Amino acid sequence: MKELLDDIDRWQAAGARVAIARVVDIEGSGPREPGAAMAVNEHGEVAGSVSGGCVEGAVVSEALAILAGEAPSRIVTFGYSDDEAFAVGLTCGGIIRLFIEPLDW
Amino acid sequence: MPVYAELRARLRAELPVALVTVIDGPGVGGKLLVTPDGEPMGTLGNAELDRIATRDALAELEAGRSGIRHYGPEGQTTPEDLVDTPVVRAFIESWAPPPQMWIFGAVDFTAALGKVAKVLGYRVTVCDAREVFATRRRFPMADEVVVSWPGALFERRGHTLGSRDAVCILTHDPKFDVPAVQGALATSAGYIGVMGSRKTHAKRMERLAEVGIDQPEQLARLMSPIGLDLGARTPEETAVSICAEIIARRTGRLAPSLRDGEGPIHG
Repeated sequence: MKELLDDIDRWQAAGARVAIARVVDIEGSGPREPGAAMAVNEHGEVAGSVSGGCVEGAVVSEALAILAGEAPSRIVTFGYSDDEAFAVGLTCGGIIRLFIEPLDW
Repeated sequence: MPVYAELRARLRAELPVALVTVIDGPGVGGKLLVTPDGEPMGTLGNAELDRIATRDALAELEAGRSGIRHYGPEGQTTPEDLVDTPVVRAFIESWAPPPQMWIFGAVDFTAALGKVAKVLGYRVTVCDAREVFATRRRFPMADEVVVSWPGALFERRGHTLGSRDAVCILTHDPKFDVPAVQGALATSAGYIGVMGSRKTHAKRMERLAEVGIDQPEQLARLMSPIGLDLGARTPEETAVSICAEIIARRTGRLAPSLRDGEGPIHG
């Protein structure tokens, strides 16, 4: 989170809305610990990362949907053994859960 | 955005802080910011839930951990109380101040070790009694350079060292490293390493025994000679071998190559 502060400051000063995605849980082998975070602004600009690069693209889409009001703040799961629609796997074979929300608090 | 503003200020000042977020169940997005030195800020939607979550967040902060907790909407925590009630899943994220590394001895290895330690996120203190060597100019990467005998520094601030912290004694000089080892052993530092050849190490153990440091539980805490057996030669390579040893000691790994093992990589 700390490494995101400067970018978030800059975006907010320019009037852009921001969403935050944080790793809240990992199962099995995970590249980043709970707390790893990335920020996405409404123009699709990104700061930070939540995996080794495996899921960041999908996180941006989710974050933009949440900022656009098309989806609520929620937990999003990525992983090899995941049956849900997220067709994005982690190369290390683990499961990663992110909480994505607008930064409006 | 008062909660974020306070979180940002504390993160920038490297002050301990924990953020509780409801990630599932009633009140998703609810926030509670918890610090060891003031009233919590925000709410998860219920005063009793806030009280219980604050207690748990302070414990996570103490341990430097982050993770998910399950509560009832009124702060219930026991399994019986959670039957037939919606479950609030809360993510507690804690930010503890950076771990410390104290390096004794203002030598070439000190600069290299300080650089690698900064990459790993340590707050680095360099300490040497010799004023001409212990200068900011020689150790610009250090957070502080202290001109002092080891005993005085330990007396003043040894109580701030804990399991996440490291003491690296690189002096090679018995009149400096014996008191540094004595001082370090009196703290709760998680890692204590002492540099020297096998010969220096053997002589040092004799001197330590002379001052009464000979108990197996004391000696078991000393990583001497310091570092993993990487065949390191330069100060930079030695710094990597020391930091790799610190990580391996913390995780309890033996540090062979991943290729030659089978277990989980991150677990």
